[in-house]
Amino acid sequence: MTTTLPAYDEVVARYEPVIGLETHVELGTNTKMWCGCPTDFGGEPNTRVCPVCLGLPGSLPVANKAAIEATIRIGLALNCSIAEWCRFARKNYFYPDMPKNFQISQYDEPLCFDGYLDVEVNGELVRIGIERVHLEEDTGKTLHVGGATGRIHGATESLVDYNRAGIPLVEIVTKPIPGTGALAPEVARAYVTELRDVIRSLGVSDVRMEEGSLRCDVNTSLNKPGEEWGTRTETKNVNSLRSVERAVRSEMLRQASVLDAGGKITQETRHFHEDTGDTTPGRSKETATDYRYFPEPDLVPLAPDTAWVAELKAALPELPRLRRKRIQQEWGLSDLDMQSVVNAGAVELIEATVAAGTTPAAARKWWLGELSRRANETGVELADVGATPAQVAELQGLVDAGKLNDKLARAVLEGVVAGEGSPTEIMTNRGLEVVSDTGALTAAVDDAIAANPDVADKVRSGKIAAAGALVGAVMKTTRGQADAKTVRELILERLGAQG
Amino acid sequence: MSDLTRLSAAEIAGLVAAGETSAVEVTQAHLDRIAAVDDRVHAFLHVDTEGALAAARGVDERRAAGEEIGPLAGVPVAVKDVLTTKGVPTTVGSKILEGWRPPYDSTIVERLRAAGTVMLGKTNMDEFAMGSSTEYSAYGPTRNPWDLERIPGGSGGGSAAALAAYEAPLSIGSDTGGSIRQPGAVTGTVGAKPTYGGTSRYGLVAFSSSLDTPGPCARTVLDAALLHQVIGGHDPRDSTSIPAAVPDVVGAARLGATGDLTGVKLGVVTEFTGEGAEPGVLAAFRESAEALAKLGAEIVEVSCPHFKYALPAYYLIAPSECSSNLARFDGVRFGLRVGDDGNRSLEEVMSLTREAGFGPEVKRRIMIGTYALSSGYYDAYYGQAQKVRTLITRDFTAAFEQVDALISPTTPFVAFPIGARTSDPYQMYLADLFTIPTNLYGGPAISVPCGLSEGLPVGFQIMAPTMADDRMYRVAAALESTVGTFTPPAL
Ligand SMILES: [Zn+2]
Repeated sequence: MTTTLPAYDEVVARYEPVIGLETHVELGTNTKMWCGCPTDFGGEPNTRVCPVCLGLPGSLPVANKAAIEATIRIGLALNCSIAEWCRFARKNYFYPDMPKNFQISQYDEPLCFDGYLDVEVNGELVRIGIERVHLEEDTGKTLHVGGATGRIHGATESLVDYNRAGIPLVEIVTKPIPGTGALAPEVARAYVTELRDVIRSLGVSDVRMEEGSLRCDVNTSLNKPGEEWGTRTETKNVNSLRSVERAVRSEMLRQASVLDAGGKITQETRHFHEDTGDTTPGRSKETATDYRYFPEPDLVPLAPDTAWVAELKAALPELPRLRRKRIQQEWGLSDLDMQSVVNAGAVELIEATVAAGTTPAAARKWWLGELSRRANETGVELADVGATPAQVAELQGLVDAGKLNDKLARAVLEGVVAGEGSPTEIMTNRGLEVVSDTGALTAAVDDAIAANPDVADKVRSGKIAAAGALVGAVMKTTRGQADAKTVRELILERLGAQG
Repeated sequence: MSDLTRLSAAEIAGLVAAGETSAVEVTQAHLDRIAAVDDRVHAFLHVDTEGALAAARGVDERRAAGEEIGPLAGVPVAVKDVLTTKGVPTTVGSKILEGWRPPYDSTIVERLRAAGTVMLGKTNMDEFAMGSSTEYSAYGPTRNPWDLERIPGGSGGGSAAALAAYEAPLSIGSDTGGSIRQPGAVTGTVGAKPTYGGTSRYGLVAFSSSLDTPGPCARTVLDAALLHQVIGGHDPRDSTSIPAAVPDVVGAARLGATGDLTGVKLGVVTEFTGEGAEPGVLAAFRESAEALAKLGAEIVEVSCPHFKYALPAYYLIAPSECSSNLARFDGVRFGLRVGDDGNRSLEEVMSLTREAGFGPEVKRRIMIGTYALSSGYYDAYYGQAQKVRTLITRDFTAAFEQVDALISPTTPFVAFPIGARTSDPYQMYLADLFTIPTNLYGGPAISVPCGLSEGLPVGFQIMAPTMADDRMYRVAAALESTVGTFTPPAL
């Protein structure tokens, strides 16, 4: 379909968007939801399976307590009420990546319900209502081979990997979010970002969108001001924070163009395409499956002990937004500087570096400078760049002690990232330490004076600024390993000039 | 030595433990018996000759080495084909699992092995345990050793017939609506449905998860109790398993066998002793109740007004759960696959597989259950049935405030001729009229032979409160002590 889309600011002038987000988070428990199989990412297909997660006849699920605990902690962090009694339910539909042809999920009795998450957008606080947080199991993965598109249509064979089947999955559903106007795409992105940070701070999932441990479906509708909410579409396959924003925006534009032309929005599932930024229709909701939910008879109801829930609540970590506020104050950063720290994903890294004895300014310099640059170049997350906060702190310690200058420190950091060892080891092994032996330095200075008699004379006659050329010469012969300040002092001393 | 196949499990265990016979001899005797009669009875779907003899040799070797051999060491047992057995075919009486060899043992089978029993093989059953005659087995019906032209009950007809035909002294059944007790009743054997959650369902191919209960079948009450003791108890792999020890069913059976029921109050279920049952069945039941009174029991009438809704409620709950439980049989991962010619779509292959693999009764129940759970019908059917279930549970609770146990005939009629009820599903469903309430409630119940009607066995049912399984064994053993056991004509 090639229609010309209206301009975004015109769209938001004519229509009000209502958005909603459904987020799935794979929990980082050691074992699966109903069995003892390991959950690590990767692994040869169908090696992390057993009768239970393969859904073999006769097998039965046993709920993973760690997953229940993690879900309750997520619910508490999102200000939800925790059900005193609730049940799992079966969601019935046929699909080969679901071993039992039903998914154990929760239906009308979610474990956590009715909460909220405050997110900051352009310095304003927006409160996002949380409808429910529930626990379910992940499906396997189907791989269609032999076709041109990798999709089931046209494929000659379909292969299923059940390693992921039965990994605990938490579904977090927002209430409808009206009233965000032109900011709707940013609000959506800010919400998912904040949710990711909250979950990461709880340590219950690695929440990596690129590995699929955090997945997002975005609901969007438009209505004219004063009218009822419009028909919503559900956009799936939204696999990055940037895509969340783009998906909302693109769907707003598409719906506006349909509505402008007098058309009606079909309630349907749409797929987002990273490459084009467009959405295309999936299956229509009118023909959607009747999931025939009913309480899972193989599991007993969940009745979390209220004292235990209170204990979990008391032990929640400081939430990211409040923590960021505190840190910003402690580090004395402007809003803008703090924003760049957050955007770089460097809050925890800098915090840990500071905890290891570095000043906030120095820690920020390393993480946002050299290390961010390297992370961008190699396309990895800052946390995976190859240096740890402890190593960065050690490096800065060497600088502070005068053993490394800035240039040498960068070289040492390169060694750290390359995995050559600790900063001190690299400094020693590569011979990168600042030359502080005055005998050797004096010799280098004398050589420089002898080689540049004209310059030396100028300095002797009081043109102290000319000493820079001699400093440069000494730095060159010592290959940068001398401390420039010390060299300068030595030169002036030898030439009888006062600095 | 007398014919080893005529001995009780208790007797066999004693002889093996004392070294007066070997597990191999006992096993061989039963394998010989199976070879001699099973072409006529068809109790077995699979006889694991090699596995059985190997297990028996293991028992004999351990005994010779002076090792612990287990409480039922050397006793052969036949296992209903609904329980998974590692490497041994498990079909659930269905074409859809033909040839499937599970990679794991069910908990019950694991415990049977640990107790030193020798598994002879897998017994015939109505497909997916749906039926009351074993006629719905995809592999042909089992015949009643009392009269080969009659049904042995169902769904566990194979497990009951194997006992009555002296092919095994013990067998395992599973009871969702009466599938242990009704076959026990019509074959003159003992069948006990333990408290739901008292025996593990891990490895029991599910029909209706909230009702399925594996349990013991035997020719004597004590044997059933001995088997119950071995297979029962908490299993962490089954979330619905009760974390408690097995009630002392063996002690209770021994106590009952002394023939004294002084101080025991029994309630005759008014609703089950009226028009619904054959006169001969009612007569045998009444005589037996009087016999119990003579042993000191106080017998009163108890009305359970909601029991009449049990059958319709059951035929919504069980099919609903089955429609979901049986969804996994789709030809993708195990069992039958039909139509996978490289041209058909996944949905077509799934459909063709299920069309070819499931029999008519299974399809009927999947259809009923799918309908009952559909959006818009859920409250009227599944939801309503759950409410009835609560009312039936209240009837039981109220009754057990007045009496120690409830009694009734096990089934309204004696073994009927093969083919007599297959054309009308409702006539077949009536076989479980008296057994279903217990499943909805979750308590234990046992069927024990109490007499004959027109030369065919009649079963006497004792229903006890949840986790009071010992109580029903005491009453059953007392009844057995006064009416004796029943031997079918020679095959
Ligand atoms: Zn597993």
